[in-house]
Amino acid sequence: MENFKIRWFHWAAPQSFYPLAGRLWPFFGLIAAVMALAALYLGFFVAPTDFQQGEGYRIIFVHVPASWMSMVIYLAMAFWAFLGFTFNTRLSGMMTQALAPTGAMFTFLSLWTGALWGKPMWGAWWVWDARLTSELILFFLYMGYIALTSAIDDPRRADRAGGLLALVGAVNVPIIYFSVKWWNTLHQGASVSVTKGSSMAHTMLWAMLLMALAFWAYSIAMALYRVRSIILVRERHTQWVQEVAA
Amino acid sequence: MIWESWDAFWAMGGYGPYVWGSYGVVLLCIAIEIVSARAAHNASVQSVRAMQEEPDHDATP
Repeated sequence: MENFKIRWFHWAAPQSFYPLAGRLWPFFGLIAAVMALAALYLGFFVAPTDFQQGEGYRIIFVHVPASWMSMVIYLAMAFWAFLGFTFNTRLSGMMTQALAPTGAMFTFLSLWTGALWGKPMWGAWWVWDARLTSELILFFLYMGYIALTSAIDDPRRADRAGGLLALVGAVNVPIIYFSVKWWNTLHQGASVSVTKGSSMAHTMLWAMLLMALAFWAYSIAMALYRVRSIILVRERHTQWVQEVAA
Repeated sequence: MIWESWDAFWAMGGYGPYVWGSYGVVLLCIAIEIVSARAAHNASVQSVRAMQEEPDHDATP
């Protein structure tokens, strides 16, 4: 147990995490590419036409995974922020920052693909229902986090301020997730549920789940790649960074 | 093959602009993110190298 603990703190040191992240990101990038191709094949060449939504439903193969990632990444940021406040490890704040742009991107994509689905299906690009509004708030939280941390010059202070926003803003995630139950929304309820299983055809479900796995792997790859750049800049005064960059 | 022709594939049963507008922007965003992350990494490496060329400025205590 003692050994186990020591290993965790060993990898929490930027100096040991930098080469580890460098070895891991291509692996996750490859998984993402393979999964995405498989998902696209299933989604466009195997999954049948939906009897209600025609071919337009194929947007959900990318809309649902993007929406999941927008929430998962925010929770991951809150998790790292929490570790940062608890253990005061330098890496935590860097991981929080490394995740934010990818999370913001998936939130934007969730809103964008949702609008392109909503126009033909609902007749409106946008409605102010609880699901859409809370997802838009999530986008503003990401933007707020990025603006806040880049406005503060001292990295440790930026981490603390941003970490607080990540933690407080995480309250919004369950609101997004349960909004379709708590309020009468135009947005439909979950198509996949842990307790009730799935209401979708199998090939459709697999296309969506594979895309979700691809987005997971992509997000991990991007966070690992981006954290290396952040480590280099923040630890530039150290001997090992000077040697790495030489 | 569930499509009768490539034209039918691109048309997406009349939903073409919506479907391709979705997937196209997803692809575009991912491409932009990858390119900008690479640029940021190169900039980080350059900033460390720039420090090495001026050891007095910003040097290790």
